[in-house]
Amino acid sequence: MSAQSWLFAAAFVIFGPLLGALLAGVDRRLTARMQSRQGPPVLQPIYDVLKLLEKDTLVVTELQTLYLRGFLLFMVISGAIFFHGGDLLLSLFALTVSGILLCLAAYATNSPYSNIGSSRELLLMLAYEPMLILVALGFFLVVGSFQVSDIVAGSPWQILQLFGIFLGFLFILTIKLRKSPFDLSASHHGHQELVKGITTDFSGHDLALVEIAHWYENTILLGWLYLFFAPFGWMWALPLALVLFFAEVLVDNTHARLTWLTTLKMTWWVTGALGVTNLLLLPLIN
Amino acid sequence: MLLIAFLILFPLAAGTIIFFASTVERRAELTRWAVYGLGATTLLLALLYFRAPPQFFTLSEWLNEILNSLFFIGGIAVSAYLLFACRRINRREWWIPILILMQTGLLLFAELAPAHPEVMQPFYIDSFSILMALIIGIVGGLICIHAIHYMNDDQAQHSQTTDRRPAFFFMLFVFLSAMFGVIFSNHLLWLFFFWEMTTLCSFWLISYSGTDEAIRNGFRALGLNLIGGVAFAGAIVWLTFSTELRTWELNQLIAAGSALALIPAALIAIAGLSKSAQLPFSSWLLGAMVAPTTVSALLHSSTMVKAGVFLLIKLAPVFHNTAAGLLLALIGGVTFLITSLTAVTQSNAKRVLAYSTIANLGLIVMCAGVGTANALWAAILLILFHAVAKALLFLGVGTTEHLIGSRDIEDMEGLVYRRPLLAGMLLIGILGMFLAPFGMLLGKYTSFQAFLTLDVLPLGGVLLAAILAFGSAPTLFFWSKWMGKLVAMPRRVQPVNMPLARDEALALMALTVITYVACALFPLADWMFVQPYTEALAAAHLLPTTADQVSWETIALMTGMLAVLFLMPLWFWWRPPQFGVISGYLSGANVDGSASYRGAMGATREVNSRSYYLTGFIEERVLMQRGLWSAIMLLTLLLWSAS
Repeated sequence: MSAQSWLFAAAFVIFGPLLGALLAGVDRRLTARMQSRQGPPVLQPIYDVLKLLEKDTLVVTELQTLYLRGFLLFMVISGAIFFHGGDLLLSLFALTVSGILLCLAAYATNSPYSNIGSSRELLLMLAYEPMLILVALGFFLVVGSFQVSDIVAGSPWQILQLFGIFLGFLFILTIKLRKSPFDLSASHHGHQELVKGITTDFSGHDLALVEIAHWYENTILLGWLYLFFAPFGWMWALPLALVLFFAEVLVDNTHARLTWLTTLKMTWWVTGALGVTNLLLLPLIN
Repeated sequence: MLLIAFLILFPLAAGTIIFFASTVERRAELTRWAVYGLGATTLLLALLYFRAPPQFFTLSEWLNEILNSLFFIGGIAVSAYLLFACRRINRREWWIPILILMQTGLLLFAELAPAHPEVMQPFYIDSFSILMALIIGIVGGLICIHAIHYMNDDQAQHSQTTDRRPAFFFMLFVFLSAMFGVIFSNHLLWLFFFWEMTTLCSFWLISYSGTDEAIRNGFRALGLNLIGGVAFAGAIVWLTFSTELRTWELNQLIAAGSALALIPAALIAIAGLSKSAQLPFSSWLLGAMVAPTTVSALLHSSTMVKAGVFLLIKLAPVFHNTAAGLLLALIGGVTFLITSLTAVTQSNAKRVLAYSTIANLGLIVMCAGVGTANALWAAILLILFHAVAKALLFLGVGTTEHLIGSRDIEDMEGLVYRRPLLAGMLLIGILGMFLAPFGMLLGKYTSFQAFLTLDVLPLGGVLLAAILAFGSAPTLFFWSKWMGKLVAMPRRVQPVNMPLARDEALALMALTVITYVACALFPLADWMFVQPYTEALAAAHLLPTTADQVSWETIALMTGMLAVLFLMPLWFWWRPPQFGVISGYLSGANVDGSASYRGAMGATREVNSRSYYLTGFIEERVLMQRGLWSAIMLLTLLLWSAS
């Protein structure tokens, strides 16, 4: 691997969360505008986290912090592998491990709200995991390798060859970003915004950790989106990826939350109808 | 050669001595020494044949004669015993004695044929069978040690039944002996004898408790395995009378390749599928849950089901790049998908483990059916990791059951705080099963690569990959929610009184350490056991030499991630954070920690929450039924395409 790829990985570790925070900030701003509000400054997520770090941390069990650190660590590993140009399946694996560790942290607190939150988070993972794997498989069939660096250097036609998989990915991106109609794990409480599903029993440092990990996750997901257009060069690919990323905000604001059963069935149908069909048709397209 | 004979005969002798031991303490002592001896011998074997190419052994004329007659008489004795056991069948099990007669008849027909093939090299050893020997000797041995205390507890709980423990231990050792026979025999008839011995042992062990349920399930196991036995006997008849391929030697059958050997290989594959509880046959393994946990651990990890996949992997070169191989892989795939989904709906820990065993074996069968060097690599490593981690989990669940009085996952809530050592072992077992590179990552990784580069029916490979993608998501779900229960902070403090018994602790600790070491050093296991095997196959042109080995970079990354996963807790333990501790949020005033709260109208309410079992999405009966029919269809297609 070249020095450049190491540079990319290092850049992700350092600037990844900043980019993720900006994405979150713009997201909040856009949402506010769609609801005819002024909205917070773009840097608000960063202010929030700085404030969280100053607060006292209360935990139900000390072990929850261990799982949360694991969550953040594996998120960073996943992104580092990805931006290093490494193996897409491995990156996906690390992403899954980090997701499981977040669930464990919430399970560990064992309050009913955290419990339902983490159960639903696991359910969502059950829903979107096959599609994410199919994305990696699709790239493998088109490019002949799981290496991100090879995919970036692939043919510009891949977006057309993988169009079904691309649509499927956009679908589960909504879940990954915890947007409506699939934000099941993020809220359950009737009357308070402060109580938020899986993060109910996290506070102070712990909550800041979760936020930072989510920034990393935003960057990683933007990277996955970018990958579909990468062979066009960044001049085209980056704006396209950003536009699509923020299109999720529109979806978020125009849809009501679904139940877990509908979510699961719908996602698997989409995965089968778009993802698997695309894979099966690939030999004909080539 | 002497070592092989020793490994087959020693457990038999040890079992006999243990059977006649005068007291319980004496029996325990003898069992321990037998296991140490067995472990030491398998290690010695592994050292002597370190990275050795396959070796075949010939016997002198007279020894061959004697053994031939002994196995002949033994085979008839096994059939006679099984027929005798059939006195307890009920009206719906009439087909079992018929299967026994059919199988014996077919075998006699082949053996008493006017001219039958000569076997020059009845035994062999290669690095794959050494790995299997290590699994059987060490993991199987540890299970026997765990049984010492466990069976005493078991007997205390069922004190009204007659004490059959001496025979129980005898059968455990006979089982190990038969397994050694299976993995070292090149003589198909002898292999078949050992094969039937494992069927007999499992039948006896499943029926051990003597309740009606146990006996019915024992007969189900017997019947379904006999279907495989009849198919195996059919293969032997075919190999005796065929004009193209007349041999009783396993290595020649494999070397004959798909052009000649497809029919007998498909028949033997049916035997392999039934033994490894793949879908049309899988119900026997679920029924086997009625037996003591020792038996489940033995059946699931080091013996029985592993014999099935062992043979399938051996036959992989015959199936490689054929429609029959693809169908075999699809049977494994369907089994994997269906049983992973079903496992989600279970709350009984043993049933979750049972379904996950079947699913994992499905994954191995998928790899064996594809049969590229990479797929075999994944399959053999999966066998290793599944054996170790599953033994640990079963024994852990058995011990937990004796300590907390339940095997329900819901009741294991907070085990990390109530029984830290035990919970830690269970967590490591779960990690070894799916989070650590195996099961989830490595198996998936290599099989994806192998499936997508499959030449025969390109669509088939994509289909397999899609099945794998859909099947691994539920795996993740049910393991994670189990881990979630284990790590949960208990709402009330529960008393801890019973200590962990010494023998159980020893077995569990040893298995934990082996899981740990195997995970950390898996490239070494690959280099020691898998590479010599696949290289020898490739050198004999039985396996295509593929360049798409997993790169060292990927392996280094996997090992690195694993290290992070295991080292993180140590670092945390060394430098714990100092945070204030409160009780969980209950949307009201907490009354008794996190256990109850003052809700609306001032009433005190107990907190209660359970995991998701998705029974609205997955119906066990319907799903298994569908799996059964599609597997039967695939099996029929497989036989049809082979002939």
